[in-house]
Amino acid sequence: MWFMTFRIALRALGRNKLRSFLTMLGIIIGVGAVIAMVAIGEGAKATIRSQIASLGTNVLIVLPGTATQGGVRTGSGGVNTLVDSDAKAMTQEIQAAAFASPVIRRPDQIVAGNLNWSTLTQGVAPEFQQIREWQVAKGRFLHEGDMESAAKVAVIGQTVVNQLFGNDDPLDAIIRIRNIPFRVVGVLAPKGQTSQGTDQDDTILMPYTTMQKRLMRITYVQSIVVSAVSAERVQEAQEQITALLRQRHRIGPDREDDFMIRNLSDIAEAASTSARVMAVLLGSVASISLLVGGIGIMNIMLVSVTERTREIGIRMAVGARSRDIMLQFLVEAVVMAATGGSIGILLGIGSSEVLKFCAQWPTLVSPIVVAIAFLFSAAVGVFFGFYPAKKAAQLDPIEALRYE
Amino acid sequence: MSEVIRAENLYKTYRMGDVEVPALRGVDLTIDQAEFVAVMGSSGSGKSTFMNILGCLDRPTSGRYFLEGQEVGSLSRDDWAHIRNKRIGFVFQGFNLLSRTSALENVELPMMYNGFAGKQRRERALEVLSLVGLDERVDHMPNQLSGGQQQRVAIARALVNQPSLILADEPTGNLDSTTSAEIMALFRRLNSDQHITIVLVTHESDIAAYAERRVHFRDGSVVSDQKKT
Repeated sequence: MWFMTFRIALRALGRNKLRSFLTMLGIIIGVGAVIAMVAIGEGAKATIRSQIASLGTNVLIVLPGTATQGGVRTGSGGVNTLVDSDAKAMTQEIQAAAFASPVIRRPDQIVAGNLNWSTLTQGVAPEFQQIREWQVAKGRFLHEGDMESAAKVAVIGQTVVNQLFGNDDPLDAIIRIRNIPFRVVGVLAPKGQTSQGTDQDDTILMPYTTMQKRLMRITYVQSIVVSAVSAERVQEAQEQITALLRQRHRIGPDREDDFMIRNLSDIAEAASTSARVMAVLLGSVASISLLVGGIGIMNIMLVSVTERTREIGIRMAVGARSRDIMLQFLVEAVVMAATGGSIGILLGIGSSEVLKFCAQWPTLVSPIVVAIAFLFSAAVGVFFGFYPAKKAAQLDPIEALRYE
Repeated sequence: MSEVIRAENLYKTYRMGDVEVPALRGVDLTIDQAEFVAVMGSSGSGKSTFMNILGCLDRPTSGRYFLEGQEVGSLSRDDWAHIRNKRIGFVFQGFNLLSRTSALENVELPMMYNGFAGKQRRERALEVLSLVGLDERVDHMPNQLSGGQQQRVAIARALVNQPSLILADEPTGNLDSTTSAEIMALFRRLNSDQHITIVLVTHESDIAAYAERRVHFRDGSVVSDQKKT
């Protein structure tokens, strides 16, 4: 009986395909937009989440310069108030901090054989590996001995390997940086891109002491990265680092810090939250389109009921009860809404895929959202079809049969 | 012979704003099974109102209406719908077929409201279409059929659930004289061969002549009730 009612509804909608389609358009667009928006939001969230993980968890970055200066990068013209003993003090004296490593960065050109490649050179301590949770694919990471002797050793990232060595094994190869020979002791596992689009594998790590003494002739460090013992203690670590540095740098109580502490996960989490808020906001706006679509259905159903007054009269004359008529028109409305919803879902998924393919935006369509969208459009059909169906069911057969 | 219709002192008054319009004033009428009755009268005589009550489409203001011994004047709308489905068949002047629906499906329509399965419906529909003389063209749409053929489809539809009573409202009103004669002959055949009770409204004497009993309405009452001898 349901199957027949369904078929009758499809027949009725098929009588005027253009009109049915135009009525469905509101629902189609609404559902399509909701699916696409949510997919974009979910994709962004998932990407950011994996990127947070790749940056290392519970990581703080300490930078020189005051907050009012606003600078995040320090170059040769920057303020040079951080030193490596600050990092050592952090590791030793702050319980909430698990590891600390100085970091010095500079773009440099690497030469290997007759190939060269510009990459980011980073001078770091062995703790850098634990902080960034960066595995070594081949060979070894830097160790304390490298620091002490300012050894000319390097651990290189996958992109550098691809550019300079192709499929050859780079271990124990000699590369030259500013004409100084370095031996490759390890290859880093691949990490991929950051949310800003930086290629994390396009880098070379060396002891920071080597960077200070042999490449740059400096005694300061550009930043210190610290990983907290746990997510709960990140705040505590941040406070303790502040106290420690103020003391070490002899900063009086009424003077500002000469450093800044940034919480990487916070930034990433904020980005993730804002992506999600955006998605919800856009999704809500798109839902309004669904509402409009529902109103369109109600409108057309009312017209349809009026047009088919005679038909309703005939049906009643041959034995249709009020509830039969009500069901007939309700099912028509629901079929229209659900069909529109299905097309909208396909449209939404299609757009998400197109965006993923062409604009390289990460999108993620979740089955739950699809199911909710479908049920919601069916619900819209029931809700907005109810009034016209009721009107139809309450027609007087005598009047209806007389209708021109 | 058992009674099919018994009307006892039927009154029907319509209220139009402040004015009360009496359409039926105390109608008493009994129709037995297998009778073929013509109901005549000018417009405003109350014959249409009477037919609506007979067909369980309208409720009498007072008085009682018995269909096959059961008082039906005060039943619910849903009960009426069931009666219209199973016990009464309507034939209208304007045929009242569903457009863009085949003849076969039109005939099947009453069966959709009492739960017949698809195959059964089809068989039964073909059976009655054959009975009214329409074996071919069962898949045609109404606009592909002549007036006479459309009315045959309507008659088939009225017969499909084996009703005790056929109510026909000016069934030949939209047909030419030849076709009218054919349709009336069909009614006569159904009445004599299948013993179906037929109550037919008309204002034409030659059409009324096909019936064996004529009932005249005027101003809401029965003014004459004659059987052919």
